[in-house]
Amino acid sequence: MQFKRHTLPNGLEVIAECDPSALSLALGFFVQTGARDETPAEAGVSHFLEHMVFKGTARRTAEDVNREFDELGAHYNAFTSEENTVYYASLLPEHQAESIDLLADIMRPSLRTEDFDMEKKVILEEIEMYLDQPPYGMDDHLKRLCFGAHPIANSVLGTAESVAALTSDAMRSYFQRRYAPGNLVLAASGRVDFDAMVEQAEAACGAWDRGDASRPLAPTSVTPSRESIVHSSATQQYALLLGNAPDGVSEDRYAAKLLATILGDDSGSRLYWRLIDPGHAESASLGHYDYQGVGMYYTWLAGEPDDLEENLAAVEEVLASIPTEPPTADELSQAKSKIKSRVVLGSERPRSRLFHLGGGWQMRGDYRSLEEELKRLDAVTIDDLMRVAAEHPLDRNAVVTVGPREDLVL
Amino acid sequence: MSLTPPDAPTPREACVHRLANGLTLIGEPADGFQSAAFSLMIPAGCRYDAADQLGLANLTCEMALRGAGDRDSRALVSDLDALGVERGESVGLSHTSLGASTLAENLPAALAIYADIVRRPHLPEDQLEAGRQVCLQELRGVEDEPSQKLMEELRRRHYGDPYGRASSGNIAAVESLQIRDVRQFQHKRYAPDSAILAVAGAFDWDAMVEDVERLFGDWVNNEAPSKTVETPGAGDGHVTYDSSQAHIGIAFPSVPYSHADYFQAWGANGVLSSGMSSRLFTEVREKRGLCYTVYASLQTQKDRAAVFCYAGTTAERAQETLDVTHSELVRLADGVTAEELGRLKARMKSGLILQQESTHARAGVLARDWRHLGHIRSLAEVNKLVDAVTADTINDYLQRNPPSDFTIVTLGPQPLTRPN
Repeated sequence: MQFKRHTLPNGLEVIAECDPSALSLALGFFVQTGARDETPAEAGVSHFLEHMVFKGTARRTAEDVNREFDELGAHYNAFTSEENTVYYASLLPEHQAESIDLLADIMRPSLRTEDFDMEKKVILEEIEMYLDQPPYGMDDHLKRLCFGAHPIANSVLGTAESVAALTSDAMRSYFQRRYAPGNLVLAASGRVDFDAMVEQAEAACGAWDRGDASRPLAPTSVTPSRESIVHSSATQQYALLLGNAPDGVSEDRYAAKLLATILGDDSGSRLYWRLIDPGHAESASLGHYDYQGVGMYYTWLAGEPDDLEENLAAVEEVLASIPTEPPTADELSQAKSKIKSRVVLGSERPRSRLFHLGGGWQMRGDYRSLEEELKRLDAVTIDDLMRVAAEHPLDRNAVVTVGPREDLVL
Repeated sequence: MSLTPPDAPTPREACVHRLANGLTLIGEPADGFQSAAFSLMIPAGCRYDAADQLGLANLTCEMALRGAGDRDSRALVSDLDALGVERGESVGLSHTSLGASTLAENLPAALAIYADIVRRPHLPEDQLEAGRQVCLQELRGVEDEPSQKLMEELRRRHYGDPYGRASSGNIAAVESLQIRDVRQFQHKRYAPDSAILAVAGAFDWDAMVEDVERLFGDWVNNEAPSKTVETPGAGDGHVTYDSSQAHIGIAFPSVPYSHADYFQAWGANGVLSSGMSSRLFTEVREKRGLCYTVYASLQTQKDRAAVFCYAGTTAERAQETLDVTHSELVRLADGVTAEELGRLKARMKSGLILQQESTHARAGVLARDWRHLGHIRSLAEVNKLVDAVTADTINDYLQRNPPSDFTIVTLGPQPLTRPN
């Protein structure tokens, strides 16, 4: 496993984790842009643009793009988050050159107005689809409640209204602002020929104009508050809890992941024994999510409507339990085993390594091997957990419930 | 850096060891992994649930993990966690499948725990209510997932009983189940006869055979499975549901994995739905913007198979979506082109390689091959079969088996009109 890096004169970073014994190759463009980089009038544009990137370029029609990916035998997709937009493909190493040419070409899409109008319908369908699956949609509301006007609370999908109001001109101007080469990383993992990759990147991206895309990192503050939203056709009652956590650059993120595993992993955690094993709730879990300058503890609870108060009280007790019931040595070592095993299992696929590589680079501008990550995880002590839980209390949350209950008083 | 050709790794070979009691061990040791995974299939599927006990196999699986051998419920989960076992259980029509992936050095210890789970579960009466609640929560959860609810209804209406069953059963039956039902089911159906244990990744085959003989060699069969009584499906239908989208499901018969025509049916379905240049994606989503999700999936049981097709769209455009999707299924009978098939084969070949990179995926394929075919297809063998598929062979199959006998089920605010 060897890390390699090359920067093009226009600022595009080319990085790779080369493993000559891998069977496949994963590669992708990581664009440092997402919902947090949108103005209110642009709400949903990053994700909409992700769809439009597949709609053709100066050299290719939309049908050419889809057909060529399929001809390469690529298993490919894209996703948009609060702060990243990622286009990736897994395929056989012999197709490295063609796939870089294709991926690079779509990073300079035509953004034709008639395609924009057609794709808008698909995006609106995607929004409708989530509205039918409670509590989706409420996670956006919860982020706003928790982080106020901070851009990290911007919705990735946008709303039906904001997407309907978007114009292709607005998208083009957002694209100009955010897809500058210095804001992109071309990353690859698996069986990569890096020297060839650099040449291929020069040929495909060398002519892109340098540009400047920065992201201001405003400080966050969390407002613990509670709201209940009626969704009368829902069968289950849901509660979502969101609070502040160590961010993606902080060395405390390892402790935060371990705390989330001890308290809220979907098996064998404190929430599991309290709520899932006895059958009190359908699901109850806690995850740690990290971003640039922001971290979140996100707790999810689903169960019978009548049990909401009791279940929510149990969840909040568990979230508050670290200071009074410190993690035991067994809990800590089990959490470490679980994370280590997941990391190792994932690392056997070049695609998981690609996300680790590209994601880490975008977040921190550095490379840490999985072995190094695991070493840092292993070094975390119970004292570290106690300190991190004191600095970022897990029980200071914004809470939203969604479901058929109309009489809930939180 | 120079690259050796991508087919350089030594071809892996599957080994088979049959125990006297019926359990078959399949193993495919492979270099270059730090992990190993297994899939243990036992003949305890939901087809054996009596009509008034639907959900029993599922509840039994849930209860089996609540303590086994010399571990109580908590010790069992804690020990699996300490071994870093990523686990998953699912109850299918014929089998209950227990899967585990972990670091290679922890595999033997994990397997010993699973031997306890299937052979010596405590099935504690004082945890029956908890286990029952877990199963009821699962049933209620589906009510908030309209696409899943629709596809379960489509399977029921297309296949009838028991082949179209969802293993979760129904609320009334699950509420009525007693601990003796669970214990009886476990006693009869958690048995080595036709059980399969498939292992992939970093492990030593000879040591595995020894371990498995020791852990499972004296496992006995208590009772032969009951005969299946079949009732046909109810056909087309509509489920009224308060949602903003309409959900459309269409099913039609196909051929199972073991059938000589399977790869022709697979190819035809791939042209319909594999990749973003496939017909459904192009016609329904790209050209018309009718929906976000549309797919057709060829799902095989041992002796029957069907294509299940789904599209979700806003209520106003539901009729058009149904009509366009249906007409694409019908148009398939006119044949596929060599270009369409060429793209599909490229995806299939890379898909086969990607699958080799996951011990979990590979263990699942080994178990499936053994169950459906009674032997394991090597990568070379599958490649040969795929190579033999041409547009002509698919079109010949489609002439003999044009998509027809559709079952159409919708879920949403309003029923739709069946296309001609």
